[in-house]
Amino acid sequence: MAQPFRLSRGGRIDRSRPIVFEFNGKPIHGYQGDTVASALIANGIHLVGRSFKYHRPRGILSHGPDEPSALLSVDRGPGRVDPNNRASVVEARAGLRTTSQNHWPSLEYDIGAVNDLLSPVFVAGFYYKTFMWPRKFWDKVYEPFIRAAAGLGKAPTQADPDRYANRHAHCDVLIVGAGPAGLAAALAAARTGKRVILADEGPEPGGSLLHDPKAEIDGRLASDWLADTLADLDARENVILLPRTTVFGYYNHNHVAMTERVTDHLPSVAGQAPRERLWQVRAGEVILAGGSHERPLVFADNDRPGILLAESVRVFLNRYGVAPGHRLVVATSGASAYQVALDAKAAGLDVTLVDLRLEADCGPEVTRLRQVGVEVLTGHTVVGSKGRKRVSGLIVAPVESNGRCGARRVIPCDCVGMSGGWTPAVHLFSQSRGKLRYDDALDAFVPNISAQAERSAGAARGTYDLAGCLTEGFAAGAAASGSSETRTFGASPTLTGFQPVRVMPTDADPTRVRAFVDYQNDVTAKDIKLAVREGFQSIEHVKRYTTTGMATDQGKTSNMNALGIVAGQLDKALPAVGTTTFRPPYTPVTFGALVGPARHALFDPIRTTPIHGWAESHGATFENVALWRRAWYFPKAGEDLHEAVARECKAVREGVGIFDASTLGKIEVVGPDAAEFMNRMYVNPWAKLANGRCRYGLMLKEDGYILDDGVVARVSDQCFHVTTTTGGAARVLGHMEDYLQTEWPDLQVFLTSTTEQWAVIALQGPKARQVIEPLVEGIDLSPEAFPHMAMRTGTICGVPTRLFRVSFTGELGFEINVPSDHALAVWEAIFSAGEPHGITPYGTETMHVLRAEKGYIIVGQETDGTVTPDDVGMAGMIAKTKVDFVGKRSLARPDVIATTGRKQLVGLMTEDPKLVLDEGAQIVADPNQPIPMRMLGHVTSSYWSPNCNRSIALALVADGRALMGRTLHITTPDGFTRATVSEAVFFDTKGERVNA
Amino acid sequence: MLLIACPHCGNRPETEFRCGGQAHIARPEQPGAIDDQNWSEYLFVRKNPRGVHAERWNHAHGCGRWFNALRDTVSDRFIETYPMGASPKSETTSEARA
Amino acid sequence: MLEVRYRTARTLPLGRVEVRPSGVSIRPADAEARFVLRVRSTEGEVAGLPLDRPINTVSGDDRRWIARLGPDEWLIGVPEGEADLLQTSAASDLAGRAHALVDVSNRNVGIDVEGLRAAELLNAGCPLDLGDAAFPAGKATRTLLGKAEIVLIRRAGAQARYRVECWRSLATYVHGFLQEAGMGIGEG
Repeated sequence: MAQPFRLSRGGRIDRSRPIVFEFNGKPIHGYQGDTVASALIANGIHLVGRSFKYHRPRGILSHGPDEPSALLSVDRGPGRVDPNNRASVVEARAGLRTTSQNHWPSLEYDIGAVNDLLSPVFVAGFYYKTFMWPRKFWDKVYEPFIRAAAGLGKAPTQADPDRYANRHAHCDVLIVGAGPAGLAAALAAARTGKRVILADEGPEPGGSLLHDPKAEIDGRLASDWLADTLADLDARENVILLPRTTVFGYYNHNHVAMTERVTDHLPSVAGQAPRERLWQVRAGEVILAGGSHERPLVFADNDRPGILLAESVRVFLNRYGVAPGHRLVVATSGASAYQVALDAKAAGLDVTLVDLRLEADCGPEVTRLRQVGVEVLTGHTVVGSKGRKRVSGLIVAPVESNGRCGARRVIPCDCVGMSGGWTPAVHLFSQSRGKLRYDDALDAFVPNISAQAERSAGAARGTYDLAGCLTEGFAAGAAASGSSETRTFGASPTLTGFQPVRVMPTDADPTRVRAFVDYQNDVTAKDIKLAVREGFQSIEHVKRYTTTGMATDQGKTSNMNALGIVAGQLDKALPAVGTTTFRPPYTPVTFGALVGPARHALFDPIRTTPIHGWAESHGATFENVALWRRAWYFPKAGEDLHEAVARECKAVREGVGIFDASTLGKIEVVGPDAAEFMNRMYVNPWAKLANGRCRYGLMLKEDGYILDDGVVARVSDQCFHVTTTTGGAARVLGHMEDYLQTEWPDLQVFLTSTTEQWAVIALQGPKARQVIEPLVEGIDLSPEAFPHMAMRTGTICGVPTRLFRVSFTGELGFEINVPSDHALAVWEAIFSAGEPHGITPYGTETMHVLRAEKGYIIVGQETDGTVTPDDVGMAGMIAKTKVDFVGKRSLARPDVIATTGRKQLVGLMTEDPKLVLDEGAQIVADPNQPIPMRMLGHVTSSYWSPNCNRSIALALVADGRALMGRTLHITTPDGFTRATVSEAVFFDTKGERVNA
Repeated sequence: MLLIACPHCGNRPETEFRCGGQAHIARPEQPGAIDDQNWSEYLFVRKNPRGVHAERWNHAHGCGRWFNALRDTVSDRFIETYPMGASPKSETTSEARA
Repeated sequence: MLEVRYRTARTLPLGRVEVRPSGVSIRPADAEARFVLRVRSTEGEVAGLPLDRPINTVSGDDRRWIARLGPDEWLIGVPEGEADLLQTSAASDLAGRAHALVDVSNRNVGIDVEGLRAAELLNAGCPLDLGDAAFPAGKATRTLLGKAEIVLIRRAGAQARYRVECWRSLATYVHGFLQEAGMGIGEG
């Protein structure tokens, strides 16, 4: 139970609610309100992981989202294992199982640590330099090595059992960060009645106020001010306050993405609450009040466990009531760390402070600290640290006036707090495409020119004192909500100001020293200098070559130090070097949150027809066609695809088959100018098509290539029932609407999609008429009264129908259009009426074979966006008398009217009748020609034809129609095979059967 | 995700729209009278400016209407949206910006 | 002779199962008649339903409604029994004006979503601002829900009541999406 480093009082933890979780199999005791990091520290544990490249022992560096080192795998139960969680932000709770990463066999003894000894090998650009040659080493040696070494943690292997929600939201003012500036902004905006969302990544709003308990605002304790402010905001209906919500992406037009962690912190989840919720917020105005990040100091062995950022030491002391050690050395180049030393001293720690600044450059903070009995060494640098798995001493030295280091001194300690100054968190501003400006006084890039309706406030724009943050935040909130209200806040003073330092002065050989800049990717100051020496001058190149700033922490702690080192090496001013681009996400986002509900049945809509259930219960196998799920074939017991399709194909030609064609696109084209419009959209002539008659329509794009096809019936003078391909329905409607609205707005025509109004039952085969005769009323079905390519209206089973006599099989056939909700009943009635005739349900595969036997094309299979009507032998359909239609002009393009070389649709008969060619197989005239061979074309459709009792194929072949009877050579998986060019019709070549 | 002001429906999210490319390319009255060179330019040649660009947009999952828009391709700012057949009120000639 | 059924009942893609996540009910609507009306002039009425209301608004009541979805496009809903009457009235009301009145009763499926947190539920997949100011009662528009296109209508009344209309084959997805979204609200 003992938590030896837990202070006896203080902090915002709930000491009445103890909790136990696991770290590397051992129980860790903490309190409600702890993070995993604070509970580990309370138990004296600092060593929590091994570094990425050198496997060096690493501890907890920070208290917040910028943590680069303390990455744990968190196990919340079966299937709920997540690698790379920052211990500093994971809320401790009962039942959590956490483990350290990147070591084997154990955290304490890690074989990979040998890399640390080999570190001269793993310099900047190591991968680029090492894995170059020999080429044959790539597959067997280099890639497995890189794969094994790459990445941190282990990806989970089980499906994620959690639910993830999505929510679109709108607000007038979105405030990012609920620290002093964000809260003041919310107060100002909330009073205007505008819709406000205030999002903060922490479990508790308050930001720095949570670890600054002695601060005062307007004469009151900050904690009281915070409680009142939250109560005020909470009581307002126009404010949504979202804790545990990270704003991670700032996109166009104030579209802001954030993840809310809903249940991870709860020991058990009631009901079906999602684990996380992705918010997509469209905000009128955005206020960025995300604070700032502290910079580490760059000195030799600055990565030992027990070395923390100074302000983090203060957070652990004041917010969590834990001491990161008993003997603390604070190393700094600025004033804010003096407050850390003061608070640590007050908490009973033994404290020494080392300040790089000369005494004369420091403020009254030095005297104040000395007054409470803390030794302060000004004008001192840090040249190294002692210890291995935990810091045991800090090596410091005075910096002489000539810049050299004086005598070294080891200060024994078990904890170091370091501060190299502060960097405003400009990530989201930068994502918004705002332009940054380098501020010399702040030694930082700060927001300058906005690209969107946003403004920054507080530390996010370099205002570090509490009163300033509050006043600035309030002003931002008021301005963003259109109010002119101002308020000035009084607050206890904040210690600010620092002297920028890139690498701490040292007396050591710089080539032997490892001073880490980017902790997560193990990038040292030496690496960055080497990259510059090797010629990388652009900061973006240095970043990629050294990988600095490329880890999951995205360089939050390391960015300014790296930039500074590069600037120093290049002897340029920092703004001349610039900064790397900040990209989303601000902190890692789970895939689950991005995917949201779009999994399983909700991954994509699965469109099914009214007959789908019947097909399912009759054993159909399905295939996906666009978003539709269509019956592919109906196997009987023991049948495979080929046997089933052979049976179905025979049944249609010899008896009658029934097919669900409901997915065909349908468009009702209505209006006084309907025929004129059809004339302009299709190659065919429509003006003289009689009511009740059908025509096969071919539609081109303006470039002259086939876009779609389908049968069109003229319902009345001013109404056409247009059908399209299944996959082309939306495209064709869009294409028509485009011309109607933008080119011919004078035409009085209206288009309505009726794809789903009408279900289509295709009844095909010599016995089709016999089957429906008893069911149809009001239509004379006799061949004379109802010929091929006619359409009649009447009823079937009492249901109104548009009955088409059309055929996509070459047989006598009907396509029975009935309103969708009645389709199943009609289908079932037809099926029982057909049973005495041996009616056979067939699927899309049989439909494909039957149409290929007849040489009917499928748009998208025989055509690929470069095929003209003439290419597929349909030039005869083009209306001769029309002056214009979409695509007509292009049919006179020089490349289209070329007399030789165009690929034309032909049939192919393999010499071996049993061999079914591969669709897509290439065709050549002579297989013995040198490589690269001249390709003549490719196979577009290929099937076993049960009715021809041989294989058949359609192909696009250069000048194919001139090659009738010639033998060509087609690629197969084993080489070439021979086939003869034929007409693209294989069955009933005279086309007599449709007229039966 | 862009926010686009449909002339009929007001501000709507980009996912409801379809972009139709460069605006103000009228289909020739008599395509048959156009020579090959001009026809190929009508079909295939489009601007790709760095700066203000006149585009066609279709509010496909809204009112279904086509309209025109002036968008700055650098900032993605929409300068204005206006009906088919109309001309923009703003200056369209400003080309590449620094 | 075969015995066949000469009259068939409509088989709707969604059952009549009502789902009630906390604070919201998701109820597939009964069979209704629906028509798409296209006409360029907005004068007058069709079967007593006004044409001249602003784009993206709905008029009428729960039984008989007309939603103006675009400058020349309306979606009309009436009880099934009034379908023929509506067509007859429209023909006479619009006589002499070029128009299209297309029966889409079987194309569209309605789902009623009602309750205190209905807007929040819909916002799981609908990217529009559904706040009272931006989307008050009487609003109606075509939009998206997840990956499906829908028509969203906000009915009259103090309590938030919405009608979601989608195409038949997308109804399973839309209904499933709403149910899933229902699990995400009111908890956690």
